[in-house]
Amino acid sequence: MGALKLLRPWVFPAVLLAALETYTRTVGASSDALAPPSAALQAFWKAAADGSLWQATGFTLGSAALGLLIGAAGGLLLGIAFGLSPRAARMSFLSVELLRPVPSVALIPLAMLVFGFGLALEVSVVAFATFWPMLVLSQAAARQVEPRLLEVAMALGLSPTARVCKIIVPAMVPRLFVALRLGVAIALVVAVTVEIAANPNGMGYAIMIAQQSLEPALMLAWLFWIGVVGVAVNALALWLQTAVARRMGVVV
Amino acid sequence: MNAPVSRLRGALESTTVLLALLALWWLASHQQWVSKVFLPTPEATLASLAQGLNLAPSDTPGELGGFTASTVQRMLLGWVLASLAGMALGALVGISAAARAWVLPTLEFIRPLPASAIMPLAISIFGLNPAMVLFVVAFGAMWPVLLATIHGFASVEARLREVAGALQMSRGAFIWKIGLPSAMPDILSGMRLSMTVSLIVAVVGEMIASQSGLGQAILLAARSFRASELFAGIVLLGAIGFLSNALLAVAEKKLLRWQNP
Repeated sequence: MGALKLLRPWVFPAVLLAALETYTRTVGASSDALAPPSAALQAFWKAAADGSLWQATGFTLGSAALGLLIGAAGGLLLGIAFGLSPRAARMSFLSVELLRPVPSVALIPLAMLVFGFGLALEVSVVAFATFWPMLVLSQAAARQVEPRLLEVAMALGLSPTARVCKIIVPAMVPRLFVALRLGVAIALVVAVTVEIAANPNGMGYAIMIAQQSLEPALMLAWLFWIGVVGVAVNALALWLQTAVARRMGVVV
Repeated sequence: MNAPVSRLRGALESTTVLLALLALWWLASHQQWVSKVFLPTPEATLASLAQGLNLAPSDTPGELGGFTASTVQRMLLGWVLASLAGMALGALVGISAAARAWVLPTLEFIRPLPASAIMPLAISIFGLNPAMVLFVVAFGAMWPVLLATIHGFASVEARLREVAGALQMSRGAFIWKIGLPSAMPDILSGMRLSMTVSLIVAVVGEMIASQSGLGQAILLAARSFRASELFAGIVLLGAIGFLSNALLAVAEKKLLRWQNP
């Protein structure tokens, strides 16, 4: 029973892959669109061996991380300000609500115009996309800081900076890591999307090029790899969130 | 201070800040703090919007209205398809604990995959045409609804299951009368997320597959350095995002009235 339970998640994908393998080896053998999974695996090893896999993955992850860092830092600072001052939150409400729904991909052409192709293009779009959720979530986190802690800070006569650094931010940490997990997921999706739509770098570009040069095996290999990276990064973010929450003594 | 007065003051302050931001934009573009190539003046953007939407007299007919219509159509059609497919598949998988155990891990694996990463595969299968873009929009937007439906079905209250058993309800009746209604809050929030995804994927699809719409329009505007038209397109996309989100929020409130009487 235990072995079955461990095996169970793998059965469905295995059946799908076997079906694809049979189809591409028989009916669709001359297809330019699909390739057998075994050929995709070969293409994957080749890309891993010649280093193109790691280089593209590094670019995508690096620019997603840098964009997230900028977006999250901006969102966090403004979010704390809005969370602590209801007046500031009220005043910015309309502007935030009007700017937030702008789809991040709409900024790709603008970023292209300003930065040209390359790292800055991707980082700026990722930063924009992660800024808004981080702003909203950290604002909520700052608002939910236990009021008694703020009273303690007042009673101790802490300066505003000390109040933010010593009381408010530490009290927000568990919630911030929940926000960060969401930010990580968004950053990766947006980074790959920017590469597919415009930026000639990274994993998204690699999969586009594989399609355009009619190498379905390589394309499927990239698709699979992008999926694996996505799952790994999300799992890491989730682990970080629960580990932090446990250390801070929060029951999740 | 009473509530209406403070709300009015909030609205006033909020509008003032927005106007201040617009003034900053005006100043930045007129003083050339930022190059005109990137940042058009607000007036130029407004003029491009008016010209593109045929609101101002001009010698060339504007196309922005048509582009907006085709982007909105793509987004809505993809969203409806995604919602229907997500609910149907979600009900199928969600109704049986066995199906959940066998299939859910695979679905969870595919979920973090960026929808646009499917696009190369879809291009090589369907070619560069509107159907391909629609497929990717629907595929990408399906996941939030699908997983929300499965989750909603998994958390149907045990007593309701017992009632269904005692009434000897058929599977279909259970899905229709108990499963879907009790999963509705999850499904609706999934559908809201899906709307955002469909707009994003529709825009990316138009950019890559050169289908007429706002996505292609802003890409072409940027390539030919027509910043005011680029900004007009971004404004329209923002408006689409804002309106669709606001409408869904209202609909959600109305549909879920029964939850908190």
